[in-house]
Amino acid sequence: MVNELSIINPVQDPKSTKAVIQIRNLGIRFAENIVLDHFNLDLRQGENIVVLGKSGSGKSVLIKCIIGLLTPDEGEILVLGKNIPDLGHHELDEIRVKMGFLFQANALYDSMTVRENLEFPLRRHSIKLSAEETNALVTEALTDVGLGHTIDMLPVELSGGMRKRIALARTLILKPEIILYDEPTTGLDPITGGEITDLIMEIREKYNTSSLIISHDMKCVKKTADKIAVLLGGKCYALGTYVELKASTDKLIKQFFE
Amino acid sequence: MTSKLSAFLEDTGKLTRFSFRFFTEGFRPRYEIAEFLRQCYLVGNKSFTLVGLTAFILGLVFTIQLRPALIRYGAVSQIPYIVSNAIIKEIGPIVTALIFAGKVGSGIGAELGSMKVTEQIDAMEVSGTNPFKYLVVTRVFATTLMLPLLVLLADAISLMGSFLGYNIQDVMSFSRYFDHVFSNLTYQILLPSIVKTFFFGYAVGIVGCYFGYYSSKGTEGVGQSANSSVVISSLIIFLIDLIAVQFTDLLGYN
Repeated sequence: MVNELSIINPVQDPKSTKAVIQIRNLGIRFAENIVLDHFNLDLRQGENIVVLGKSGSGKSVLIKCIIGLLTPDEGEILVLGKNIPDLGHHELDEIRVKMGFLFQANALYDSMTVRENLEFPLRRHSIKLSAEETNALVTEALTDVGLGHTIDMLPVELSGGMRKRIALARTLILKPEIILYDEPTTGLDPITGGEITDLIMEIREKYNTSSLIISHDMKCVKKTADKIAVLLGGKCYALGTYVELKASTDKLIKQFFE
Repeated sequence: MTSKLSAFLEDTGKLTRFSFRFFTEGFRPRYEIAEFLRQCYLVGNKSFTLVGLTAFILGLVFTIQLRPALIRYGAVSQIPYIVSNAIIKEIGPIVTALIFAGKVGSGIGAELGSMKVTEQIDAMEVSGTNPFKYLVVTRVFATTLMLPLLVLLADAISLMGSFLGYNIQDVMSFSRYFDHVFSNLTYQILLPSIVKTFFFGYAVGIVGCYFGYYSSKGTEGVGQSANSSVVISSLIIFLIDLIAVQFTDLLGYN
């Protein structure tokens, strides 16, 4: 058994050494099932880390702990210097403005149009914007994902790929510093999945975001990951670049790359 | 058997805690006025046609079926009094509440259940919204306030049906019929029957929201949430009715 972080530990880019997320000894269990057990990981400014792991290994639980949807039993999650489990409602709200979350099922509100879906986070967070400013942000976010013409449509009228793009636009509307992607290409055909992958990279280029991406899609992983964290047994089993992990002889790591 | 009892007690406890949460969060800011008004419109508007139609047929059929029995006692002229008492005190509130539970309660259970399994509730929380206030508090307030209005309308429509039913075989003018109805209608009859409908509305809203909010098992769970919302809220409506009748009896209102 290889110890946590011991396989590969790449030299950090000296230009981006500021850690925007620092996870220390994170632990969470549901009844008797230990999901995360002393999990450690750093996400640095402008970096994309993909979390790889088997289904049910706790990847979604990890990012839900980071955004504050789940409270861990132990450990620290420092996001931009603030420990998420310690934050009250208002402080959590402030930090969530700086974090975007792309849900696996898109989570678009069925009863609202695309415009209302995009305006929702702007109206709900305590951000004072004029109608013109709101409209400009909605238009910009839709232009970024190439779906300006869908503004008055309902989610049910959109294809799976379009819904994913709209969900991404809603994630972008607050111009977050950090984006958490929960399986962004799952359920999409390879071409649409490739388009979403390209979009993730374009967003990073344009907004200099730092991203934690959960994915099983190895094409997406290869293209988006600066580093890959392998989540096994509730721990960060290995951390390295795609090339480094692909060359690993460890059979537990190899199974993801075969 | 033990596990079923344990599950029942656990669900009862959770539902009770959920109800208390409504009172602790429902009266504190931030107030979701726009969403509350939207829910009032949806809840009232969605049920009005069905409630109105059912109430009309109920009043009509009840009067026609009651007539032969009253003929035997020579009390046909008492139909407006008897029908209005029965409809306003019991039949109107209970039938409207059951239709409301079937139509609105199941809708709330399915809608919130669907939002839960598609992560829309999580998305709301991430977007700086308290989903309990936005989804639950607004819906429970809407059902609590709209059901009494629907019951009043249903009572009125039902009495119209009764008037028509009476005039199929006998003749009585509209004003005379309703003079009979209102001459016997006191606040002691009307108030308890309206007050209990606030509790019926609350039960439909809170039970629907509870089963939707804690829905699981994907799309199968959504169906279960809708079904449980109707079954449990219908049962609670009868329990509330039972308690209400004992209470009004104690006060001498029966």
